[in-house]
Amino acid sequence: MTSKIKYESVEIGDSLPTVTIENVARPDFVRYAGASGDFVPLHYDQTFVEAAGIPTVFAQGMWTAGCLSRCLTDYAGAGNVRHFKVRFARQVWPGDTLTCRGKVTGKNEKGGEKLIEGEVEVANQKGEAAVRGNFAVVAG
Amino acid sequence: MAIDKSVIGKTGKPFTVPIEWSKVREFARAIRDPNPVYFDSELAKKECGGIPVPPTFLQVAAFWQDADSMPTVHFDIRRILHGEQEFELYKPILVGDLLTGTARIADVYEREGGRGGKMTFMVTEIEYRNQKGEKVAVARSTLIETGQAVGG
Repeated sequence: MTSKIKYESVEIGDSLPTVTIENVARPDFVRYAGASGDFVPLHYDQTFVEAAGIPTVFAQGMWTAGCLSRCLTDYAGAGNVRHFKVRFARQVWPGDTLTCRGKVTGKNEKGGEKLIEGEVEVANQKGEAAVRGNFAVVAG
Repeated sequence: MAIDKSVIGKTGKPFTVPIEWSKVREFARAIRDPNPVYFDSELAKKECGGIPVPPTFLQVAAFWQDADSMPTVHFDIRRILHGEQEFELYKPILVGDLLTGTARIADVYEREGGRGGKMTFMVTEIEYRNQKGEKVAVARSTLIETGQAVGG
């Protein structure tokens, strides 16, 4: 798979393409439940969440991580991601607007591949981090 | 309640995951990814040698695992948090591949939390091989059971 990036021209501190997710809505969580098989009711069942003392349904962490993964595939091309790790910091709620962004923190040749490493983050409209992660993608 | 450390290393029965185009399209739409390589097979063939999968696509394994292939500890569903998720992707995974996954409990431990009270962590690893026997991926998840409800 041809990478969209050239190892020699990547510099530490380079930004990845930013992805904006406007107006997070309950159908996003329902759609992701169906797509992924994550049917934990916290993400779509209002009656269930209220009984658990939670004001409303919230996003599957992996839905948000999936939105974030677009920064990597837009940057290096699908199939060129070698490592993606995410940590979930806070819930994403209906009505949120998310900004997914990242930057390059390292370059590394490993196992015959030229790897670009970096950090990514999803922030909500208040600037609070919802998901933080790190990654490695293959460069050409 | 004391945690049961004896479950560490417990391995599930191998399970298969056929990589299907309709599922890839559905998944890409769900994460609002319009990348044409998931939707246009000719373009995907030219650019990737086949239709690739999004980096977090192996989450769909949930559809293919059953109780025997998913070693777990009992958590209260109202108090579960997904703490971390990690994918190591060694080789491209393409539509038409047939993967075999094997899950194991890598770790179980407790930690004192903040407002959530005492928390129990379970780390599960699933190793995937393709139809040629090549190791293509490892998916590692950390689930947390908090002391009280997770939202708000």
